[in-house]
Amino acid sequence: MDSQLIAILASIMLQASPLIIAVCGETLSERAGVVNLSLDGTMLFSAMTGFVAGYLSGSLIVGFAAGAAVGAFFALIVAFGHLALRQSAVAVGFVLTLLGDSLSAFLGQDFTRLPGPKVPKLPIPILKDIPIVGPIFFNQDAMVYFALLLMAFCYWYIFKSRPGLELRSAGERPEAAFARGVPVRRLRYVYTVIGGALVGIAGAAYSLDVKIGWSEGATRGLGWIALAIVIFGGWSPLRGALGALMFGATKALATVLQRTFPEVSVVAFNALPWGLMILVLLAVSGKFTGRLIANAPPRLKRPLRQLLQVVPPAALGVELKEG
Amino acid sequence: MRHLAARLRAEQNWLNVIWPSLPIIAAVLFTTILLLLFGASPIESFAAMWQGAFGTSDHFFAVMAFWVPLLLAAAGLLITFQAGLWNIGIEGQIIMGAIGASWVALSLHLPAYIQVPLEILAAMAGGALWAGIAALLKTRGGVHEIFGGLALNNLAIILTNYLISGPWQPPEGGSFRGTVPFEKDALLPLLGSTRFSPISLILAGIAFAAVILALRNSTWGLKLKALGRNPRSAFLLGVSSNREALMAMLFCGALAGMGGAVRVLSWFDSLRQSISGGIGYLALLVVMLAAFRLLWVPLVAFFFAAVLNGSITLQLRTQLHSSLGDILTGVMVLFVLLFGDPLRMRGLRKARKASLSADRPKADEATSPEES
Repeated sequence: MDSQLIAILASIMLQASPLIIAVCGETLSERAGVVNLSLDGTMLFSAMTGFVAGYLSGSLIVGFAAGAAVGAFFALIVAFGHLALRQSAVAVGFVLTLLGDSLSAFLGQDFTRLPGPKVPKLPIPILKDIPIVGPIFFNQDAMVYFALLLMAFCYWYIFKSRPGLELRSAGERPEAAFARGVPVRRLRYVYTVIGGALVGIAGAAYSLDVKIGWSEGATRGLGWIALAIVIFGGWSPLRGALGALMFGATKALATVLQRTFPEVSVVAFNALPWGLMILVLLAVSGKFTGRLIANAPPRLKRPLRQLLQVVPPAALGVELKEG
Repeated sequence: MRHLAARLRAEQNWLNVIWPSLPIIAAVLFTTILLLLFGASPIESFAAMWQGAFGTSDHFFAVMAFWVPLLLAAAGLLITFQAGLWNIGIEGQIIMGAIGASWVALSLHLPAYIQVPLEILAAMAGGALWAGIAALLKTRGGVHEIFGGLALNNLAIILTNYLISGPWQPPEGGSFRGTVPFEKDALLPLLGSTRFSPISLILAGIAFAAVILALRNSTWGLKLKALGRNPRSAFLLGVSSNREALMAMLFCGALAGMGGAVRVLSWFDSLRQSISGGIGYLALLVVMLAAFRLLWVPLVAFFFAAVLNGSITLQLRTQLHSSLGDILTGVMVLFVLLFGDPLRMRGLRKARKASLSADRPKADEATSPEES
């Protein structure tokens, strides 16, 4: 494989890493039954806060911690509004989306386009020398490794561990889980806040690693993409990470195509991610592909269904009734 | 016993009077802290915002010109919210309306009394088209209207950028800013030297009245309400959820499109890069803040228009980012959402205990009617 292609693949991996982190965070809270719709605003606000904290302190850890704190706080508002005050999580999340956007624009106005600290490269010895795989996955920085480990850990935690079983039960059959002694409300709080903190880390990862610095609206749109990827991923961290990589690949492809066909307007390629978002959600939603699968040969039905259709947690966004 | 009831009622009245002002106080406090953080004098800043909204007649008519499309979009959203739909795609519907109106304005050259109505019709069609796509994606494709609408918003913005940098580029070339200014006959008649068109306000008034009539006095309004409250029982009662959802979205899209037409045909005189500039999202906040009290919607919309125009003057005078106005309105809506209803707040504890026996649908019954 030529080195240029490998460089592109490595940059896709870097670009997709914050999305993987955000998708893992949102998957955790939605698996527990709470929709945190505020992702776009949370990521903007945490990207701004993370950069400013990192810039002022000169410390990356402070930057990421500030981003995580902001994300956890926004998620706490959603959880509190939904679980304690019984408001629509969608409504609260939407207002926070707009609020995070405008707060980041206002508070970050004196910190735009400044150079700041950057997560240093951290090649892993031996592994980085594996042909093809090495330069793509193991010649990166700590944020990329964190994203990959987080993805694997979240998958194991949600689907293979005992606390993960309780987490899923809170999102699938909250009444039954409650009757069995699972503290559903507390779990929903905990996972929404942890998920929000991860989203905040993802936001900070943009301004401290992928695209250093802050400018107004720097990550605008990515939060929505992450929310759509959670659906595409069928609420699984592994498939979600695949979605994030596919999104990164689409953007890279758009850049390459733009260079190859300069006569096509630049803006046409900007439409690619959003068009893809609609098509992908159509494909996994089932209403559309249900007919396709129904007409498929019997032997293909099961694999096709597994490949295409996803099922949300049964009690996603449904209030818990406890005594 | 009667004594107690009377006391309780008096107390509730007192709470009801004081409660609505709390979000305003909270929002003002929050923005004051932000201003102090940036070393700005809060009193001077709020004075600048007030002058920016009402200081001169020009400022006042700028608020009016902003109010009209906001009111149109909010009126449309009353219908979709009633049907239980989250029409986040309204921003794109406004933009598509602006594109529709611009298309007629650039390609036809008729007398004003035919040209302008055609432009407005094209705008309504453009908005309805975008809303219809979002509705079909939901009903036929199972894509939630939030995600369909959001993607369509971005596609509408990209389409605008494509048009003004490509096919509709002004002959002098190069600019990413907008199309050529439309002819005078293609624009809505303006009031004096302002950018406010009284006719657009009349149109918005008619649209708002139509929405109130539809919601209060029509079977359609009742069907939408049934759909919004409980899709499953509405389905069992013979209300076709798909058809009503599509109709509600088309209606809202048409009104939003009209708002887009008002933007290009009066406030601007051409199609610009950020033609809506978030009016759709702001309209969602308006309806959420008014919380379905229909007659509050125009007032809230006017207040928001004043705040946002005021914050532009604030930016010009103090160099502080104009997003302060968005923060003020956003915090207010958040507080109303969280702590909006004093009685509900008090009843929450009781309600939580009683809810085990309540008649809400169980988690596993909350699937769509078609599946059962």
